[in-house]
Amino acid sequence: MLPVSLGHYLAVSAVLLVLGVFGIFLNRKNVIVILMSIELILLAVNLNLVAFSATLGDLAGQIFAMFVLTVAAAEAAIGLAIVVVYFRNRGSIEVEDVTLMKG
Amino acid sequence: MIATAAFYVFAAVLLGSAALVVSARNPVHSVLFLILAFFNAAGLFLLAGAEFLAMILVIVYVGAVAVLFLFVVMMLDIDFTRMREGIQRYAPVGATVGVILLVELASVFGSWQLLPQSASLRGAVAPGAVSNTAALGDLLYTHNVLLFQLAGLVLLVAMIGAIVLTLRARKASRRQDISRQVAQRVEDTLVLVKVGLGAAVTEAEFQRPLPEPAVAAAEPHGGGHGHGGTHAAEVR
Repeated sequence: MLPVSLGHYLAVSAVLLVLGVFGIFLNRKNVIVILMSIELILLAVNLNLVAFSATLGDLAGQIFAMFVLTVAAAEAAIGLAIVVVYFRNRGSIEVEDVTLMKG
Repeated sequence: MIATAAFYVFAAVLLGSAALVVSARNPVHSVLFLILAFFNAAGLFLLAGAEFLAMILVIVYVGAVAVLFLFVVMMLDIDFTRMREGIQRYAPVGATVGVILLVELASVFGSWQLLPQSASLRGAVAPGAVSNTAALGDLLYTHNVLLFQLAGLVLLVAMIGAIVLTLRARKASRRQDISRQVAQRVEDTLVLVKVGLGAAVTEAEFQRPLPEPAVAAAEPHGGGHGHGGTHAAEVR
């Protein structure tokens, strides 16, 4: 059971999600911070899932959160590998230059 | 009571560090604030009774993902000042989108309600007697085995993909190639030169490593003499 109402958790995760989206827009030059913003957004999703799971007494939400964690970890690994390769080729990690990779 | 206070502390630190993740000047600080945010999110998970997920968050995210971020941030030689150039340009757009998103979420937040019969629609009712970890394990290994295996497959593909992307063959590597060594023949490497008796041995016919540039400049003085002697004469 939650120590506070479900609404508190939802408010926190909503603000966290908005911060993540804001971070994507703010750090257009830095792919690494964009990846971190995506992690924040997924964390907000997980917080929502866990809060509902605890309120309703349904463990399916926590199972789902675990799969979200798995996919987020895989995404971070692949994303960082792409960033490393991209940096090796171009010497910068600016998102605006990524269009140059078009064939 | 103390749980409520803990919730507010965790939530405040989580949101504050999340704000610093996106706005920190230095990406290394961003990663460190991300770690702080993950710790506080784990605290919120604990308060909600999801102990296993809280520990997974600390182990997987702080222990692996955040450290991976830290490695990459420190490994790449990034000009941090150039990173911040467009920030005044993008901040208004980001703030607009963020405010719109927040207003939409708030409007949903003000009007939603749980279905009255939601208790009967639960997919996996939490058993009261066992701990959270045991209940999750039971659910995961009994009813969601296929999903569990697929998650493992996703991780495997991600691992192989990351290796394939970042691995590069080093052409300058001087590794021993045994099959080439064994296949080597004398004719490939050795040339026998027949020198005529009394033939003038000119400088060009010496089969020796090329002299260094500074020594080569001193060469014309020496004529046909030995190398070391020329050099010694030069010094004197």
